[in-house]
Amino acid sequence: MNVAYLYSLIAVVVLGLIAYAGVEAAGLDVLFGVVIPYLALIVFLIGFANKVLDWTKSAVPFKIPTTFGQQKSLDWIKHNRFDSPYTTGQVVIRMLLEILLLRSLFKNTRVGFGKGQRIAYKWVVWLWLFAILFHYSFFVVVLRHLRFFAEPVPFFVSFLEKIDGMFQILLPNLFLSGVLLLGGALLLLLRRVLLPKLVYISKPADYFPLFLIIGIAVTGLMMRYLDKVDVVRVKELAMGLATLQPGIPEGGISGLFYVHLFFVSILVAYIPFSKIMHMGGVFLSPTRNLANNTRAKRHVNPWNYPVKTHTYEEYEEDFRDKMKEAGIPVEKE
Amino acid sequence: MNDKNKIITGLVIFFLVVLFPFWFNLIFGAADASTAPEPELTEKAEKAETCVAETEHMRTEHMQILDQWRDTVVRDGQRIYVAENGKEYDPSLSNTCMDCHSNKEKFCDRCHNYASVNPYCWDCHTYPEETE
Amino acid sequence: MADTPKPDQLYKNIDHTMPDEAWEEIPPDLSQGRFPYPTKPKNLEYLDMPTPTKEEWSPADEEWPIPDNWQEIIHEGFKDRLEKYRSLKIFMDVCVRCGACADKCHFFIGTGDPKNMPVLRAELLRSVYRKDFTTAGKILGKINGGRPLTKQVLKEWFSYFYQCTECRRCSVYCPYGIDTAEITMMGRELLSLLGLNINWILEPVANCFRTGNHLGIQPHALKEMIEFFCDDIEEITGVKIDPTFNRKGAEILFITPSGDYFADPGTYTMMGYLLLFEHLGLDYTLSTYASEGGNFGLFTSSEAMKRLNAKMFAEAKRLGVKWILGGECGHMWRVIHQYMDTMNGPPEFGETPKSPITGTVFDHAAGTKMVHITEFTADLLRHNKLKLDPSRNDNKVVTYHDSCNPSRAMGLFEEPRYILKNVCNHFYEMPENTIREQTFCCGSGSGLNTEEIMELRLLGGLPRANAVKFVHEKFGVNMLSCICAIDRAAFPPLMDYWVPGVDVTGIHELVGNALVMEGESERTMDLRFEPLKEETEVDADE
Repeated sequence: MNVAYLYSLIAVVVLGLIAYAGVEAAGLDVLFGVVIPYLALIVFLIGFANKVLDWTKSAVPFKIPTTFGQQKSLDWIKHNRFDSPYTTGQVVIRMLLEILLLRSLFKNTRVGFGKGQRIAYKWVVWLWLFAILFHYSFFVVVLRHLRFFAEPVPFFVSFLEKIDGMFQILLPNLFLSGVLLLGGALLLLLRRVLLPKLVYISKPADYFPLFLIIGIAVTGLMMRYLDKVDVVRVKELAMGLATLQPGIPEGGISGLFYVHLFFVSILVAYIPFSKIMHMGGVFLSPTRNLANNTRAKRHVNPWNYPVKTHTYEEYEEDFRDKMKEAGIPVEKE
Repeated sequence: MNDKNKIITGLVIFFLVVLFPFWFNLIFGAADASTAPEPELTEKAEKAETCVAETEHMRTEHMQILDQWRDTVVRDGQRIYVAENGKEYDPSLSNTCMDCHSNKEKFCDRCHNYASVNPYCWDCHTYPEETE
Repeated sequence: MADTPKPDQLYKNIDHTMPDEAWEEIPPDLSQGRFPYPTKPKNLEYLDMPTPTKEEWSPADEEWPIPDNWQEIIHEGFKDRLEKYRSLKIFMDVCVRCGACADKCHFFIGTGDPKNMPVLRAELLRSVYRKDFTTAGKILGKINGGRPLTKQVLKEWFSYFYQCTECRRCSVYCPYGIDTAEITMMGRELLSLLGLNINWILEPVANCFRTGNHLGIQPHALKEMIEFFCDDIEEITGVKIDPTFNRKGAEILFITPSGDYFADPGTYTMMGYLLLFEHLGLDYTLSTYASEGGNFGLFTSSEAMKRLNAKMFAEAKRLGVKWILGGECGHMWRVIHQYMDTMNGPPEFGETPKSPITGTVFDHAAGTKMVHITEFTADLLRHNKLKLDPSRNDNKVVTYHDSCNPSRAMGLFEEPRYILKNVCNHFYEMPENTIREQTFCCGSGSGLNTEEIMELRLLGGLPRANAVKFVHEKFGVNMLSCICAIDRAAFPPLMDYWVPGVDVTGIHELVGNALVMEGESERTMDLRFEPLKEETEVDADE
């Protein structure tokens, strides 16, 4: 049995308890409210830069795009510009479509075996849908949080809040993105717990970030709708961090908030060492970010080195008599 | 092909985005933004000493009380609110809350703006300055 | 194939239930019939490649003949490749195990073996990568999915990197474009550092190095073979063709995979090329030195690939041709399209390819100076330069298999279809999810078309065969066309097993059938000496 998810769940619960106890019982507000968030950010920045620079150091010896559509060849054959890009501009569009719309994932199919030896492939949209939900709601949630980290609050944040809260239900006003984030993460988790193939391939490193993000979403929603925290004090703390004048606001903030903040800190610090680096890596994937024009434009391999070949002269040396006999022209008679 | 420059440019842009709060506040921010602006109490409010509930409670739950008031008044016709301490109030934003906290700009807005909260109270209600 | 179960049984045995044990705990199946034979020492020695032993050995043996410091060799080789290939580093780091690739691999669909899911095939390397090259892996070890490099891991690599045909289908569905072909190539390179590779690949490499082609055909024999085809052509069409070899000053050098000289049905495709060139009066020559389009070096290491590929440009330069025309072959075109100019270019001969018949300039091949025969022929057809009688292919109901490499590493989709629609009257596509960029491998690519693993090949080829079966039953398709020499070698047994009644052809065999040659006698037979449609109908009526 795969118990990877149990480990991960336990790890996340323990982390939450540490933060809660740390603040509520041990009074470590400064540690969890100031020191750890700063540390997390520093680890993130250094770790992220390190990883990307490490990727950069590796060569791209060959141009190996995976082509999904018709190459550019004869004028009268319609060239599929974004599935088989020929110019840098077309590559950029292919990348944007891939990154913003997860186009490859949209192609997903599922294999099924029928009676009478019939194998069928069905288009399945779920993974794509869950992924889109998850990523976009996460993105909106992060952006919305700028209201805590910027004073005055930038116009695009207020604008986003208006759209995100357009249903005007619940009080405080419900932000759709928060619920969708939790929903998306739960759906992705369900796949990993219920689909046998997914269970089989999943590692603790797959469950851990999901549980962590679910933890972040749950504590976030709780603070807003159930066990409310004083947002003004939260903003004071956040602004302290953002203006490098950190401090714990007068009156303090509840332990729940510190659990939330600790989860976020862990996630942020964990990113450079985890699969979440796909956010940077996708930009550098050689099967996606290169043009399909190698026959027209030479790609240079920085480590291309001379190799031992079997030259024509050596070949003729081996076979000259036979070639002459067969009437095949030779260089040396 | 050397794509080092492109990648580093991308990385720098990404970090600029990530560090948005730091430079944004430095350029556009007020000097002391890590302290929330104090809501200003009117003389009447100061004299009253307590609101309809404890200050700590009011800080996080005032919207819930208002919401509850609206429901009891509009739907149930209930026009008396008994506070925890036994005191009775007229459950009305305009008549009770705004009686003490008569200056919206100096009381409500200070925190709401700071925390980017846009309650829709004022979609229906008018506030004192406007009635004058 | 004596002990291979019947198709019904084999199909029923396919089980996609996941095992109870974690995949790390399950040893690879290295019983007889589950692995291709290792390389004979003489071939490795001839190529100056690491040679583990001079004795015969088998992957089924408990102890493998590997040097004592094998872990160090692999570690250093891995490190070296991480620096040389960003693809490897990125693909090691970014996989989120979303599972999109899981059921996209023909080997997984056919075998149900979880380690044939692309994600786990990559995890075979990734687990070692984590342990040896990442901070988190060094600290967290197994929890982070890290694994020490043990002999069992090495055996696993051998087993599963020779159960991947580098077809790149999984990379179409991966949101990060993780390409298992790249993983497999790296895995095979690492294994080769210890001398662990397979004879079916390395023998052709050694042959090609020496004689210029995979099959080891020597120059005089090659000439004889081609002349033999010309005799057949004369018998069928009444037209005498006299191609030249190693002729300096020809305008075009024609290079095709040696499979087209050697075995049916590739030979019919070869006859098709010869007829086409004769029809056009093309100024071309064949080379006995660069007599191989394919490149089994691609399935060994980038170095081996480069060593073999160098002959093409060298020979074009020596003969002083203007450009090179390439025959129908899959992986050959991966090498030419994505690697050749980078490895062995820029070419020191000729000019941007230009069709001497239509005047069309092939700008998209300006650098490499090599044009695919279907690009060339499609252009001819567009300009009405061919005299055709497509009804001569009326005895064939044709479908088209998009060969993996021209599809996913080149984007060659429309040219062959355009030709097919011009040279035959009955053409049907296979189902949507099995063609074009989603095409299924023949199950024998990347050097796996060897007899000893026939059952695996039949299972790997099942998704493709099953799609053919669908159009065979629905439209009466009896001819599977393709533009790949490995396909032409691998499909006949695959079709015989899963879809009896379907033959295999290259596109240019059909072109050759349809071409109305100047001065030809009335045709009664196609290039296979089989009667044209009229007579088969009479036969059927009787």
